[in-house]
Amino acid sequence: MIPLLETTGLTAFYGDFQALFGIDLAVRPGEVIGLIGANGAGKTTFLRTVTGLLPAAPDAIKFNGQPIGGARAEALVKRGIAMVPEGRKLFPSLSVEENLSLGATVKRDGPWNLQKIFQLFPILEERRKSPATKLSGGQQQMVAIGRALMSNPALLLCDEISLGLAPIVIADVYRALPAIRAAGAAMIVVEQDIAQVMRVADRLYCLREGRVVLEGAAAAMNRHDIAAAYFGAVA
Amino acid sequence: MISWLDIIVQGILVGGFYALFATGLSLIFGVMRLVNLAHGDFIILAAFAALAIVQFTGIHPLLCLAAIIPLMAAFGYILQRGVLNRTLGKNILPPLLVTFGLSIVIQNALLLEFSADSQKLPMGNLTVASVQLLPGLNVGLYPLGVLITAAAVIGALQIFLYKTPLGAALRATSDDSTTIRLMGIDNRHIFGLATALSFAVAGLAGVLIGGYTNFSPASGPSNLLFGFEAIIIGGLGNLWGTLIGGMILGVAQAIGAEINPGYQVLAGHIAFLAILLAAPRGLFPRMA
Amino acid sequence: MKEESTSFFKKKGAPPGVAKKLLLRFARGWTASGSAPREAEQKFFARFFSKKRFFPCFLLLCALLPLLGDNTDRQLGFEFAATLTLATLWNLLAGYAGVVSIGQQAFVGLGAYFLFALVVFAGVPALAAVPLAALACGVIAVPSARLLFRLRGPFFAIGSWVLAEVFRLTFAQISSLGGGSGMSLPIMSILAISHSRPERLLLFYVFSAALALATTALVFALLKSRFGLGLTAIRDAEPAAASLGVDVMWLKRVVYIIVAAVTGLAGALLFLQNVRISPDAAFSVNDWTANIIFIVVIGGIGRLEGPLIGCLVFFGLRAAFADYGAWYLIGLGLLAILMMLLAPAGIAGLLDQLRNRLQKR
Repeated sequence: MIPLLETTGLTAFYGDFQALFGIDLAVRPGEVIGLIGANGAGKTTFLRTVTGLLPAAPDAIKFNGQPIGGARAEALVKRGIAMVPEGRKLFPSLSVEENLSLGATVKRDGPWNLQKIFQLFPILEERRKSPATKLSGGQQQMVAIGRALMSNPALLLCDEISLGLAPIVIADVYRALPAIRAAGAAMIVVEQDIAQVMRVADRLYCLREGRVVLEGAAAAMNRHDIAAAYFGAVA
Repeated sequence: MISWLDIIVQGILVGGFYALFATGLSLIFGVMRLVNLAHGDFIILAAFAALAIVQFTGIHPLLCLAAIIPLMAAFGYILQRGVLNRTLGKNILPPLLVTFGLSIVIQNALLLEFSADSQKLPMGNLTVASVQLLPGLNVGLYPLGVLITAAAVIGALQIFLYKTPLGAALRATSDDSTTIRLMGIDNRHIFGLATALSFAVAGLAGVLIGGYTNFSPASGPSNLLFGFEAIIIGGLGNLWGTLIGGMILGVAQAIGAEINPGYQVLAGHIAFLAILLAAPRGLFPRMA
Repeated sequence: MKEESTSFFKKKGAPPGVAKKLLLRFARGWTASGSAPREAEQKFFARFFSKKRFFPCFLLLCALLPLLGDNTDRQLGFEFAATLTLATLWNLLAGYAGVVSIGQQAFVGLGAYFLFALVVFAGVPALAAVPLAALACGVIAVPSARLLFRLRGPFFAIGSWVLAEVFRLTFAQISSLGGGSGMSLPIMSILAISHSRPERLLLFYVFSAALALATTALVFALLKSRFGLGLTAIRDAEPAAASLGVDVMWLKRVVYIIVAAVTGLAGALLFLQNVRISPDAAFSVNDWTANIIFIVVIGGIGRLEGPLIGCLVFFGLRAAFADYGAWYLIGLGLLAILMMLLAPAGIAGLLDQLRNRLQKR
């Protein structure tokens, strides 16, 4: 089975500073990958490279077998890669409904439309005309996820969707993930909340200082392995 | 009493011109935080283009709009994507200096092509037609028409920005031009569209002002200053505010001119500075 | 003392002349990194011709040249020095303090008009009136700054232009200072400086050269001080600087006021030498802002040697092409635009890049 997404030796730079030192990662269709690591490990950088916001060598990233490294972000959304960015990045000048509709600019076939998003997150239907940033943190996160889903992606990238949210709200947000999965999208879920990730991911990758230091089936991992990889083995 | 009313009405009518100058500036600044220092010169460029068409074909200047507006829009799009997109970034110097350079280039290119002579677009009787509302209070039909046009343009822009998907894309791009790309929308293209729109309005403004007052290659900078003053008086990010700002500017100038013809422009500047002192964000600000 | 010549000269075959020798030594010294010199001689020339030492020496040399020439040379030298002063000041404001003004002509004209007013109304001797005019400009700059700094970035720039227009239109209304058509200084005040024209030209040249050198020295000293560290911090990362306690607004205002005063000084000198003033000439955007901006952009914004390089290029181009009128100005404008797009650090930046590349060999 060809992986949906495959990176081989992916490197990334911010000017002279190297952030990724050769990442090998694969996502199979319908799979949920957890990506964990401390701050600065390179998780967000990785996502930005995959979505085309950062340059990369063409063959370093393959989507459905096609090289996409360095392609423009707008083009990749059309191909089926959508991201829920870190910090949500909703458009303050637009209402909830406008934010969601903007996500559907790219018309791809798939189950997700405005009605289905409202079914997934009913509270948003009540607040549809409200300016997007007037909502609570958890509700904004729902808008951000909904906005990304509106393009009917084959691969959904979620960058720290639990950031800044209370545990009960995080649970609300994560409740939506099975439905997203059932509708057919594969996902890469970047998280600091390891327990949460363990519950939803099929496989896990751990990054440290721009390198993959642990990978494997989530069910097969234990806390000790993860802690060692996350923080680095104590010499 | 009536003569003061007349002065105020004349000032309000002139405000329509200033609002048109300002709208183009506002659009570009709103979407990409870029101030086009050559904006006034592009308005004059449109006036000269209309002049050339009129001299070549003999048609009425207002009919030239059918060609000028799309041409200016295309020119704006190409200029934005070819040149101005390269200046965008954290540093405010490049867009200011590049557009300043453009201003000098345009003024001198116009000078070469058309000489420094004062010109005016031949509108025929349109510019002198007036209607008498009260004894001593004449309202010129041409400036009234321009004021109505300005209001219509602003109204159309508001509808476009707030009721269409493309308008929503423009507003979203002005919020965050990186995240808009995650929506599958090319921000470079949106910037180009914003400038195209701005230039279209500038084209309209150029033909309209060219038929009302004399213009020459050096007339550009005053249009820039008046447009800018209308924006600051009215408040950033509020197109209707800009219309009111233009009218306030026009009234200040009219009052100044009444006291002494040499005071006209100066009175406008002073009114602008006074409002800047008292209300730094303008009268109806909407933008941070 | 025989020196090795570069392969370029060897190929030519003929022994290098004096000029070539100097050029050669300059090139080697300029490109020598100074950190690991191979010969004592190279070390000496490296230290002498390094950018730090070379620039002030070159400046002094340029300053001395017109003294050897005739009246026309001194007139040109005067103009060059005054322009260099204005360019250095604009560079300080925009390149170092991050304050982009397109209205500095306000203070050129203000300084000039204050001079005329002091001489005509108060009978102050012309030369004494120059520093007084500068002081007056500094004073006016205080409320001006208060007003203008309510605007940010590009709007500040246009606002500064509006201010200049206010001054221009106001002075055009003052008939006792010549109104719209302008006036000339009374002959007596000119003759009081000196009865001989060559001597006057010499004096004016010396003053303007001294002003240019002093302004460059002032900028240099400012940058080396704590004041200057604050400025560089603002330039590099304004919010970070602010969070560390650098009072950004205060710093920018102070720089604006100082620049206004010295700009007024230059303006007073310029129009004293010119004898005649008019609002359009004194407050001309093209003469005192457009040309200055082109000079600094082409020379290199935010670099100490930028204004000098820019002035040399500007005066050179003017000598060669000014006859072409509007074509010349179009060319100048296009050059500035290309420079900003392709080489934003100007010629100074390109020279630095060249130097780095030669050093790495």
